[in-house]
Amino acid sequence: MDTEKLIGDLATGLKPVRRLRSPVVRALEWLVWVAALSTLAIVRYANLEVFWHRMASPRVVLECVATALTAITGTLAAFELSVPGRSPRWAALPVAPFLLWLGASGLGCLQNGLGTRAGAAESLHCFVFIAAASVPLAASLLWMLRRAHPIAPLRVAVLGALGAAAAAACVLQFFHPFDVTVIDLALHLAAVALIIAVLAFLRRPLLDAPAV
Amino acid sequence: MRAAQDGDPRAYERLLREVTPVVRAVARRLCSQRHDLEEIVQDTLLTVHRVRHTYDPNRPFTPWLTSIASRRSIDALRRRRRIAHHELSSEQAGPHAGHSVALDGGDSELQADETSAELTANRELEGVRAAQELDSLMQRLPARQREALQAVKLKEMTLAQASAASGQSVGALKVNVHRALKTLRRLFQAEG
Repeated sequence: MDTEKLIGDLATGLKPVRRLRSPVVRALEWLVWVAALSTLAIVRYANLEVFWHRMASPRVVLECVATALTAITGTLAAFELSVPGRSPRWAALPVAPFLLWLGASGLGCLQNGLGTRAGAAESLHCFVFIAAASVPLAASLLWMLRRAHPIAPLRVAVLGALGAAAAAACVLQFFHPFDVTVIDLALHLAAVALIIAVLAFLRRPLLDAPAV
Repeated sequence: MRAAQDGDPRAYERLLREVTPVVRAVARRLCSQRHDLEEIVQDTLLTVHRVRHTYDPNRPFTPWLTSIASRRSIDALRRRRRIAHHELSSEQAGPHAGHSVALDGGDSELQADETSAELTANRELEGVRAAQELDSLMQRLPARQREALQAVKLKEMTLAQASAASGQSVGALKVNVHRALKTLRRLFQAEG
């Protein structure tokens, strides 16, 4: 195939395209939608009395903030890296909040240990909650990300999955009636890992949008 | 690029001609195999075309372009390594390599007693059966592999035409055709 001919073919019948908005704007748009819908669900279904009681502990506040920051930074990094020419260092953005989330939860584990048998059953509910809530979150996020036809879909899928799973974990905090235990944390992380693994595996069909 | 995004074909053609040496330089830096260079250049131009809506005119153009060229060069290197690995595995498998030839010519002894008319009729029938069998095996291929094989091998489209029609990159088309042929060979062997 001749490169000159290819250039001619590509230029012939060229159609105008709608420029993609800035990754930051698109990330904020998704985050605002998620925050709005989550607020509705929380106001309608969550036991806020228990939540405010748990928030009396600075460690729980830190855990909540770190989870929310992981969701925000993971999403922002995914949108940035979905566009060519952005620094690969964006991928490191959610690392610090994620470590903070792990650290704050780990501290809770030290305080609460393995927890009770009833707590272990509750932890399983948390796993299901994160996994189930991540599905619509990740689907809507990937639907927005695929408009950019990411040239490196793996890192976009992993960061997007982290953002969606962290958002689900953040919402979970409002439905979490007890403090974090070792089993609880392990199952939270397992749910996040599951979402990341599924999206990384399905990255090509999910992120490979039809040609514009 | 701004004019190209607004649909100006002449500006776009000029831009693609001007960036081709830059893309070639990036590909040459990352990929030592000379015969792969034009493939990477074309793959990059096709990707530029596909993602042209992602370029922000308020940002510099060169990092946007070179990141695409670098990614396509790396993809080409990975693809070559994968194909080399598959070919090595196939060679190590040995006796299967000649199987498709045996499928075509292995019936000669049985056919020796047939009359010419019977032979022609049987051959036509075999042709129809083979076409039906191929069609049924093609249906078992993953969609992207089937699409690539039909476009490149059956409809005899050029890679650029097939890429524009299917939305798959030139590299992806090559890999999918390679995989489709490999899968078909395996299916033929499994069917006996």
